[in-house]
Amino acid sequence: MPSPDLSILIIDENRIRASIIEEGLREAGYARVAVIHDVNEVGRTIALTMPDVIFIDLENPKRDTLEHFFSLTRAIQRPIAMFVDRSDGTMIEKAVEAGVSAYVVDGLKKERVKPILDMAISRFNAFSRLTRELEEARSALEERKIIDQAKGILMKTKGLSEPDAYALLRKTAMNQNRRLIDIAQSLITAANLLGP
Amino acid sequence: MSLPHLTAGFLPLLDSALLVLARELGIAEEEGFTLGLTRESSWANIRDRTALGHFDIALVLAPMPIAANLGLTPIAKPMIAPVMTGLGNNAITVSAAIWSAMADAGAPGDLAAGPAGRALAKVVQSSTRKLRFGVVHQTSSHNYELRYWLAASGIHPDRDVEIVVLPPPLLPEALGTDGLDGYCVGEPWNSVGVAQFGARIATTKSSIWQRSPDKAVGMRSDWAKQNPDLVAATIRAIYRAGEWCQRPENRLQAAEIMARPAYLNQPVDIVSRALTGQIDGGVHQVTIPDFYVPHEGAANFPWKSHALWYYSQMVRWGEVTPNQARAEIAAATFRPDLYRAALAPLGASLPADDYRRDGDQAQSHTIAAVTGTMQAGPNRFFDGKVFDPDAVDSYIQSQATK
Repeated sequence: MPSPDLSILIIDENRIRASIIEEGLREAGYARVAVIHDVNEVGRTIALTMPDVIFIDLENPKRDTLEHFFSLTRAIQRPIAMFVDRSDGTMIEKAVEAGVSAYVVDGLKKERVKPILDMAISRFNAFSRLTRELEEARSALEERKIIDQAKGILMKTKGLSEPDAYALLRKTAMNQNRRLIDIAQSLITAANLLGP
Repeated sequence: MSLPHLTAGFLPLLDSALLVLARELGIAEEEGFTLGLTRESSWANIRDRTALGHFDIALVLAPMPIAANLGLTPIAKPMIAPVMTGLGNNAITVSAAIWSAMADAGAPGDLAAGPAGRALAKVVQSSTRKLRFGVVHQTSSHNYELRYWLAASGIHPDRDVEIVVLPPPLLPEALGTDGLDGYCVGEPWNSVGVAQFGARIATTKSSIWQRSPDKAVGMRSDWAKQNPDLVAATIRAIYRAGEWCQRPENRLQAAEIMARPAYLNQPVDIVSRALTGQIDGGVHQVTIPDFYVPHEGAANFPWKSHALWYYSQMVRWGEVTPNQARAEIAAATFRPDLYRAALAPLGASLPADDYRRDGDQAQSHTIAAVTGTMQAGPNRFFDGKVFDPDAVDSYIQSQATK
């Protein structure tokens, strides 16, 4: 069961990813979730929220800054932050590979943290998948437009029907061992060069 | 048969030169392995990814594997450092405004640590606000050497100024936008501060402590145990890259390689300053022949006494409580035994001892080698103190914070 009393801080310069992780944590029943986008704000935010768990993107070059901040807070008797569990290499491995690392206040039981970490990692992966799918959808749409334009040129200049224009493009691509989209693009380029 | 492949993590710093040269000059392959280099964005990533096995070896801050073995880092994987990537190569840079106040207080602009430190002490005393200095990581040579310089100049690094951490490439701009008053970092990030943000180099590592250690190639102890041949091959590759880079006629070519987008992505004329020892501090251009010593004078040898010096500074600044066991853990992190074993077949000159005193030699001098003798460089601290590895406790006590 989630522990709604835990305070969680997410540090991520990628606002969309941060909000996806935040949303997931809230849905899982964690009410005290804070998000910041800049490590420089961390001092103020930590004083305000006193987080039990902090998530930071491993690619964030300010991880060193954050670590130093934690070692300073130890000096003034604030909680120290560290990796989830020194002994659990596979869990850390998983976190690191997902691009997320979790810092957890010393003494917090790992059973309480693991569901949060797992959730954040699966959200992180979901975000990566979403980004990839979006990218694929975008490029598919682009290709579709280019192929339609090439078909239009063939229909106009050679008086072909749409299925015949498409068949000609495909046959040319197969004969030349090139991608359909590349043939279409070449045709458009050539038409533009030769056109009025 | 294909060669075994090693993945190495590095940060964009000139100290990565020997790793880069080992790859770019084909030395790694001659030693029987292929070397892949992954540029990282923070020292914490380098450390954690090395500990987790993402990197076989990495350019590390020399104190970093010691800190790992002393339990100061999040992932407690035992680490070793069997070879150093040269000596020196750091400096301390200040903003134009701080420099102008230092010059008014008598700083001559010759990069000597003593006068610059005395001038800075006056500026700190008369300043209405706490000056803020940047270093690259808490357990870094930079943090300890900045603190050493400040403390020996009469400035308490925790009370009189503020020290913050930022990754090397972000320091010049932080200074240029008034986020910092000064910083201590490896090259080329001091020269970049001078060239792009009007900063001034106040002093150099080579003036604070002549020919002092800074970076090493680090690796997990268990990986090293499982791959003794690759460890030896790595040591030989770094040693030979150092030998090549030490020769003055190769320095410009080294600068050209390091300036490339994959490494420092900076203009060659800035990268070449540290490599040729022609340091433009923004006030005068000063020739410092041993600003960076990639090889000569046993520069790649992992002195156990240097590990103990880092330990003494960790104790000094409250990171570690001293005891005999911790001192032994620190000393055991550096592995001259592996270094000797790897280089003996090359007939290389090897120091006879694993420990030496530092701070007692103003000139290049002869030390005992395994066979005969060899040359070692001067090793003075700018305040004249001597570090004797046989008397670490009294050294620590003599540095007790006032």
